[in-house]
Formats: sequence, structure tokens, C-alpha cells
Amino acid sequence: MHQTFDAALGINLLHANQAGADHNRAHFDEWGIACFNVMSSPGAGKTAILERTLAVLTAEYKIAVIEGDMTTELDADRLRKYNVPVIAINTGRSCHLDSKMVAGGIHTLAHEYNPSEIDLVLVENVGNLVCPAEFEVGEHLKIALLSITEGEDKPLKYPVMFQEADCLLITKIDLAPYLDVDVDRIVTNVRQMNPHVTIIVVSAKTGEGLEAWFDWVRSQIHHLSKSPHQLSTVGEKAVALG
Amino acid sequence: MTKALIVTVKNWWKAQPEPPKISHVHLTVGKFTCVEPVSLQFAFEVQICDTFLDGAELVIQETPLIAFCHHCEQEYQPEIGIQYACPTCHSPMEDIRSGRELKIDRIEYS
Repeated sequence: MHQTFDAALGINLLHANQAGADHNRAHFDEWGIACFNVMSSPGAGKTAILERTLAVLTAEYKIAVIEGDMTTELDADRLRKYNVPVIAINTGRSCHLDSKMVAGGIHTLAHEYNPSEIDLVLVENVGNLVCPAEFEVGEHLKIALLSITEGEDKPLKYPVMFQEADCLLITKIDLAPYLDVDVDRIVTNVRQMNPHVTIIVVSAKTGEGLEAWFDWVRSQIHHLSKSPHQLSTVGEKAVALG
Repeated sequence: MTKALIVTVKNWWKAQPEPPKISHVHLTVGKFTCVEPVSLQFAFEVQICDTFLDGAELVIQETPLIAFCHHCEQEYQPEIGIQYACPTCHSPMEDIRSGRELKIDRIEYS
């Protein structure tokens, strides 16, 4: 009869992903790049917000995009019109980006461009409110989007995404007159689990709220360039809880 | 998620001096995570076929979501999907004491 053994591991289930994310973040820190992970359900307006962001902020910063999409390059092509490096990653059947996929994107970025010249990398995750919340890719900050057409209850139903977010953009506010949506209720629901998140109400269509979003991006880039390690506390918080 | 779990276990397996035959993988999964134990169990069984984990059993221990309210100085259990703030004073859920675990506790092998 075989002797059986028992090894106490006590390691995070996502240890391999987390190690990869820390490695990616170390690269970003070395190059002086701020990295934001942009997440939402499909169709909340991630690409539209990135278009508006690139249209304005490329005048001030050197920005690159890592674009996660399950099978197409449709989103990547929309963003290439702004003459920024866009690295498209097809996740295939996977519903989120993981740190290894993003490492591939960083590798491409480092080979085809000069990473030390880049100030900001925007990672557009696959549209999904569940898995991306658990898979760090090496970001300094997490941006969640929630469009008002999705309903006030979504933060309650998909709490991890909204609890982890550093900034929440409530999008498509131009549609408010046509909907029975209570934006204050969305804010209250998010604040129940994440009292310190920055919440900005925006419309990519009308431009409402975008200046506040750009200011937030500017202040975070400025803050990160001063103390890149301090922002990694976001990641440490998640690990400490695990 | 299953892939991430298998990769993490594989890294441990490869680091052993002799490749062990794994019989059980014990996990602790918090209720405030994006992991559904039943789905993970199913995906695990399917994905380990003909791999180093073939035949291994996944044992999942779930932990409840428990938060600590600093105002009331007491723990409470938020109702996932309904209410996260403290039921007594309505302070936001800030200090999660349990429920975010995604841990491989131990591995049984021969």
C-alpha cells in the first residue's frame, strides 16, 4: 500500500497569475508607466470612453493601449485611428485577460516601441463583470464602468468588481431622460461596499463629465510618477484579504 | 479560474524532487469571490483528464462573508446581492474579515 503525504500549501489559488501581474507591474514601474485596467460588462462603453480619452489626452501624454477582445480586432481598429500603439490580444474563449496574456502585450510593446517614452498604458479588458475582477494583470489602478442602462442593482449583484474599483465611471448619462434609472441609487449601492471609490458620471456622446475624468487620469499619472510603489497597495490589499 | 488553479498546482508539482501522484487538492473559497464551487468542481474534473492531476479530487471548503463594523465594533454577515452596509448603523462594508479567500490549503499525494 502506498504511503500518503500531506503538503500544507496555503497559497493563493491565483498565485501564478498574481506573480505574473507583479512582474508586469515591475516592468511598468521601471519604465515609469502608469497602467489602468479598464473593466465593465459588454457594451458599457469602454471603447467609446477610451476613444474620447485618447482624442484629448494624447496631446499631453504618450499613451498605449492593450486591447483584450475575444475574437476580433474591431475595438483595436477603432483606437488605432488615434495614432497610438494598440496591442490587440485575442483571448479566444477566455472571458478575461490574465497576467500572462498582458505580459505578451508588454513584450510586443517593448519590442516595437520605446517603453520609457510611454506615460500611460490603458488595458481594455474583455467585457465581463465577473472574472476580470479576480485576475490582476499588473495594473496600478482599476477602472470600472457601469452604464445607466444596466440598472441600479448591478453593483449589488457583481460586488467584487465594484468593491475592487479605484474609479467608477457611470456612463451613457445622456440616456437618463429616457430611462427610469436612479443614479443616486447606483452611487449608494457602490458606496455600501467601496466608500472611497472615485465616481464620475459621464457621457461619451455629449462629453458630459469627461473633463472630470481627464482630471482624475492626470492626477493619477502625476501621483504615480512620483511614487509608483505606493499605488501598488491596491494589489497588496487584495492579497492581504486572500 | 480552473486553468489558474491547475497552473498553480502544476508549479508546486514540478518543484517536487519526484513527481508525486496527487489524490486530493483542498481549497478554501470565500463566498465573496468570483468562484462558484460547483462550476469549479465540474471544470476541474473535465480539465484534469490525462494530465498530471488525472483522478485527483477537488475538496472545496467555503467560508462566509464576514465584515467588521468599526463604528459598532462588531462583526456582521453582509447579505450578498442585497445589503453590504452594516445592518445596525449602515456604515459601508470596509473591513472584510472573511469571504475573499481563494486558497489552496493543502495537497494530498503519494
